[in-house]
Amino acid sequence: MLYIVILFLFASITLYFLLGGADFGAGIIELFTSDDNRHRTRKTMYQAIGPIWEANHMWLIITVVILFVGFPDIYSQMCTYLHIPLLILLLGIIARGTAFTFRNYDAIKGERTQNLYNHLFIYSSFVTPMFLGIIAGSALSGQIDPAAKDFVHAYIFSWFNWFSVAVGLFTVALCGFLAAIYIVGETDSIDDIKRYIKKAKIFNVVAVICGGLVFIASEIEHVGLSKWIFGNVISLVAVIAATLSLVLLWFIISEKKNRQWIRLLAAFQVSMILISVGSTRFPRFVIFKGGSSMSLLTDHATVNTIDDLGIGLLVGSMFILPALGYLYYSFQRKEK
Amino acid sequence: MDDFIAARSQMALSLGFHIIYSCIGMVMPVFMAISHYKWIKTKDPVYKNVTIAWSKGVAIFFATGAVSGTMLSFELGLLWPGFMKHAGPIFGMPFSLEGTAFFIEAIALGFFLYGWNKLNTWFHWVTGIVVGVSGIASGILVVAANSWMNSPSGFDYVNGKYLNIDPLKAMFNEAWFSEALHMTIAAFSATGFAVAGIHALMIYRKQNVAFHTKSFKIAIVFGAAAAILQPLSGDISAKGAAKRQPAKLAAMEAYFHTQEYAPLVIGGIPDTAAKKVNYGLEIPGLLSFLVHDDFKTVVNGLDKIPVKDQPPVAITHYAFQVMVGIGTLMMFIGILYFIALWKKKGWLNKPWFLKLFIIATPTGFIALEAGWTVTEVGRQPWIIQGVMRTSEAVTKMPGIQYTFYLFTFIYFTLSVFVIFLLKRQIEMVPKLYDK
Ligand code: HDD
Ligand code: HEM
Ligand code: HEM
Repeated sequence: MLYIVILFLFASITLYFLLGGADFGAGIIELFTSDDNRHRTRKTMYQAIGPIWEANHMWLIITVVILFVGFPDIYSQMCTYLHIPLLILLLGIIARGTAFTFRNYDAIKGERTQNLYNHLFIYSSFVTPMFLGIIAGSALSGQIDPAAKDFVHAYIFSWFNWFSVAVGLFTVALCGFLAAIYIVGETDSIDDIKRYIKKAKIFNVVAVICGGLVFIASEIEHVGLSKWIFGNVISLVAVIAATLSLVLLWFIISEKKNRQWIRLLAAFQVSMILISVGSTRFPRFVIFKGGSSMSLLTDHATVNTIDDLGIGLLVGSMFILPALGYLYYSFQRKEK
Repeated sequence: MDDFIAARSQMALSLGFHIIYSCIGMVMPVFMAISHYKWIKTKDPVYKNVTIAWSKGVAIFFATGAVSGTMLSFELGLLWPGFMKHAGPIFGMPFSLEGTAFFIEAIALGFFLYGWNKLNTWFHWVTGIVVGVSGIASGILVVAANSWMNSPSGFDYVNGKYLNIDPLKAMFNEAWFSEALHMTIAAFSATGFAVAGIHALMIYRKQNVAFHTKSFKIAIVFGAAAAILQPLSGDISAKGAAKRQPAKLAAMEAYFHTQEYAPLVIGGIPDTAAKKVNYGLEIPGLLSFLVHDDFKTVVNGLDKIPVKDQPPVAITHYAFQVMVGIGTLMMFIGILYFIALWKKKGWLNKPWFLKLFIIATPTGFIALEAGWTVTEVGRQPWIIQGVMRTSEAVTKMPGIQYTFYLFTFIYFTLSVFVIFLLKRQIEMVPKLYDK
């Protein structure tokens, strides 16, 4: 059962990254779109993500619940040392969620209020994935120092360091990339398609650059990322697969047809990155300064709880997955 | 402000805020589904307009409920890591099922809000029902987690260790049923009265009377029926509290001295130092009767509880008085509504009658907040009754007071915004739905 629970944990993290990430990306794209195109972009985005966006964010809740039920020690350590970035993440989530809903459901579409909602939405779309990345980076990079004596070392430098920030930027770039690819399939005007493809390419380049930054930062902070990735078969294969799919993506993206394929490929690429990072560190989930760590295989709740949680997740997914699939299916663009 | 107090206040603030949105999120979809049903059956366009107008409200509340709920699931860990470390595996079961329920709710809401003219009529209607049912299910599930804190079970506590954990037994703890029942009824009465009150105001102002009359009726039928059942279920809750948490019951009643023919104290100002209640109205024997169904039995008072295990008496007592006072009032208003509905149709449009409901708009939510204050403050100093103290659970990170100020600011701003948006929704009713 433990492995099933762990599988669900990784699956929900990945799905949150892919689906929620594309959502964040929608806001990021809006941020980097020239004023004259903003309105159109916004409309396309809204049509694309409106019906599914609540559901996309449920994966985060599932992740948190699995962590606190199944791995309570890990959860409480993260909550203690990463209190501040988690808090900022929460602020981002609040601002984004409410701004998105308010701008669509405000009965009077006044210029000033809409502007306010848009600004909130756009900036929080940037901040939220940034801090998601920072949190992930901090958990894995061994910068958390339980022995720290003062506030700054215990609660600030645990996450405010080159490596975590680079991971944050990388996350933002990936989200933008996912969203641009996703939205290519949501519009029919050739102009728009061209624009979004261009966006996707730019974000892709930015992501590769940020990925490079992550490696550089890992050297500066002695995280040793390259050693792990190249020292582990699964992650090496995953990295190679991601790189190949990148080449393939650039190759087929210019043709205006395979839009579903492009989406799958982008999703594949991002999942490979996650798998590569996850597998280098597995089963360690939080790593502390000095090398001690918390492991998914040992720091879990009692067997009874894990069993019940596993059953709960399996039963739950029997209800959720078909319904979710049908939701995505129903709101695929049916026009034409 | 000291960090411990700040953490408690922040938790209370977040929950107090979330509860309003979640109750509306539980109950409004039910109202919506009923008016939707009437529209499908009668083809009266007013019902369709009511459904659409309400569904916009639901979307706003759902989003606010969802973000405030997401915050809560983090705050449990951010503020109480010591608690979650031990409690997570024990009382996590309802949370993981709740996750499922939320998920289904979010999916169904997606279908419902964006399904107009796209889905088969009845399928569309059913998705609305699913929103309501899963909302209520998630409410009941979280309350099961809370009731475990009041009545811990499903594990053995030996020398500071939590052994033999049984999550299912923890979920169906003794207090589970009475709390879930009382909470669900409270959600219906509070939301019912609040929605009815707003529509009553519009009828009173003679705006879109057809629209608002239909909305009013759907909301108040539920609100009134729930308000009448509320005291009954409250009595079950009180009996349970007396059995499981005598300190809480004693604090609720400001009942200091163990005695026979225990009196029920109504109102009054408890004086903890002098161990007495000033200016209260005492009804001898009634507390014994309420707790044990017998006027002369002994009821244990605060003198049986060590001082370090006593909850704050004054807050608990006042909050309890507020809840019960309002509950009684709402029950009478509910009865009055049914009399009007069945016997005195003429009252329904009388200004005094409408005014009554306008004034009653916030009462249910005030009682709801008061009731939670009773439950949570009355459990102090324990976070898990009799097992873990709240002070052992709090995070060791300093500076919580600043996050508390920040959250206060955010919740305040959010509330202002939601009220502003709802006001705009209501203002737009004539423009959107009048031909
Ligand atoms: C509309 C709201 C509302 C109304 C009118 C009432 N209640 Fe209530 N009450 C709640 C809303 C509520 C609540 C907020 O929902 C609580 C908090 C926890 C719970 O399960 O329900 C609660 C808790 C609660 C408890 C504490 C249970 C515990 O901690 O174990 C008792 C004893 C009562 N109620 C009793 C009553 C009585 C005798 C009422 C008579 C009129 C009453 N309530 C009306
Ligand atoms: C939504 C309705 C609820 C409201 C309004 C509410 C209210 C409160 C209040 C007023 C406090 C502060 C008590 C004090 O410090 O004196 C508190 C504490 C707390 N509540 Fe609740 N509560 C609610 C439901 C829940 C639920 C469902 C849970 C968990 C499953 C929960 C968990 C906690 C925790 C962990 C604390 C902090 C520890 C403590 O003070 O005991 N509450 N809540
Ligand atoms: C008595 C207390 C509570 C009740 C009755 C309650 C009920 C609900 C309901 C009905 C919703 C759906 C939101 C909507 O439709 O607007 C909701 C949302 C949520 N609640 Fe609560 N809740 C309570 C306390 C808590 C606590 C203590 C937590 C966290 C530990 C929590 C976590 C959440 C989360 C994560 C969501 C968002 C899920 C979504 O998107 O639907 N809730 N709650």
